[in-house]
Amino acid sequence: MPVKSNNGTFANKFARAGYNTIVKRNSIFLTTIFVSAFAAEMVFDSVSDRIWDNINKGRQWKDISAKYTTE
Amino acid sequence: MFRLSALSTRQAVQRLAVQARHQSTISTAAASSMTAKNVSMAATGVATVGAIAYMSMETVDANMAADGLHPPVYPWDHKKNLATFDHAAIRRGYQVYKEVCAACHSLDRIAWRNLIGVSHTEAEVKAMAEEFEYTDGPNDVGDMFQRPGKPSDYMPKPYANEEQARAGNAGAYPPDLSLMIKARHGGADYVFSLLTGYQDPPAGVEIREGLNFNPYFPGGAIGMARVLYDGLVEYEDGTPATTSQMAKDVTIFLSWAAEPEMDERKKMGMKALTMLALLTGLSVYLKRHKWAGLKTRKILYNPPAPKKH
Repeated sequence: MPVKSNNGTFANKFARAGYNTIVKRNSIFLTTIFVSAFAAEMVFDSVSDRIWDNINKGRQWKDISAKYTTE
Repeated sequence: MFRLSALSTRQAVQRLAVQARHQSTISTAAASSMTAKNVSMAATGVATVGAIAYMSMETVDANMAADGLHPPVYPWDHKKNLATFDHAAIRRGYQVYKEVCAACHSLDRIAWRNLIGVSHTEAEVKAMAEEFEYTDGPNDVGDMFQRPGKPSDYMPKPYANEEQARAGNAGAYPPDLSLMIKARHGGADYVFSLLTGYQDPPAGVEIREGLNFNPYFPGGAIGMARVLYDGLVEYEDGTPATTSQMAKDVTIFLSWAAEPEMDERKKMGMKALTMLALLTGLSVYLKRHKWAGLKTRKILYNPPAPKKH
């Protein structure tokens, strides 16, 4: 148990709840790690893609392709 | 002078070594000032040796006539750290290549399919490839046959081989342009300067019949004549086709041809640096977190009282 002292503060309660739901069972702990890594990568990629597209607005093919597709 | 400085360097280094051995026996203040003095002496010695070596080895060669005029550095947008190619310029540059350069220069390493999603749609690329005949085969009776091009075919060559190319260009061989931006000193700046740099030879410079004067070309006499003139091509997006506009567009197209992965590479670089910065911050925090307890700790040693006899 990492949280020994039970001083009843919010942070303490939060840490205790987190420990009990995530860390206690190894299966849940591992699943949490894998799922959160996957989710973090998705979020990081989509955010940095959006920043990239914003920096290069009007320069990339996807910005000008509409002019040449006449279907 | 060389020997003197080498000697002083060696002495300084030796003194440093001696210093290190006796560090514990010297009072701290004196030791640190001595060390600083020795380090600065050693640095001076190293710098002197380096400067002499540099001066004796460096030969300055500014033979503009033989090496070509150095091109000015142009502020290419796509050379910024976080900028992609301007794909509208790639499309215009392809048009210039196809209508002007392709008459003599091949583009061996670019296939039609490489243009899809970069400067043209798939339907456009298929239509463009079909305009050219390719030799394929052998068929089931062993004969080669002609067929219209497919997106997987590489760009058609203007000449079958180097000999034919030389024969058609008064002995000069038009080089392949696939990697030209990487293959020449100055890269994009050189190609742009070369295309826009044609002029009459200065007084006293004789240019042989069939060659042309260009100060950016090493030697000054280039087989290729000036090809870009205002209004030579008609851009479909309405951009005025001035000489410099066409030279800029075709240079950007060739920059893309030499480095098609640039956009993706820079994007990955941005992501990697962001991630590494986050991880650096995390490890600095963790280090401080783990060391805080140790660094703020004070260890006291109370020697036992001497035994009384």
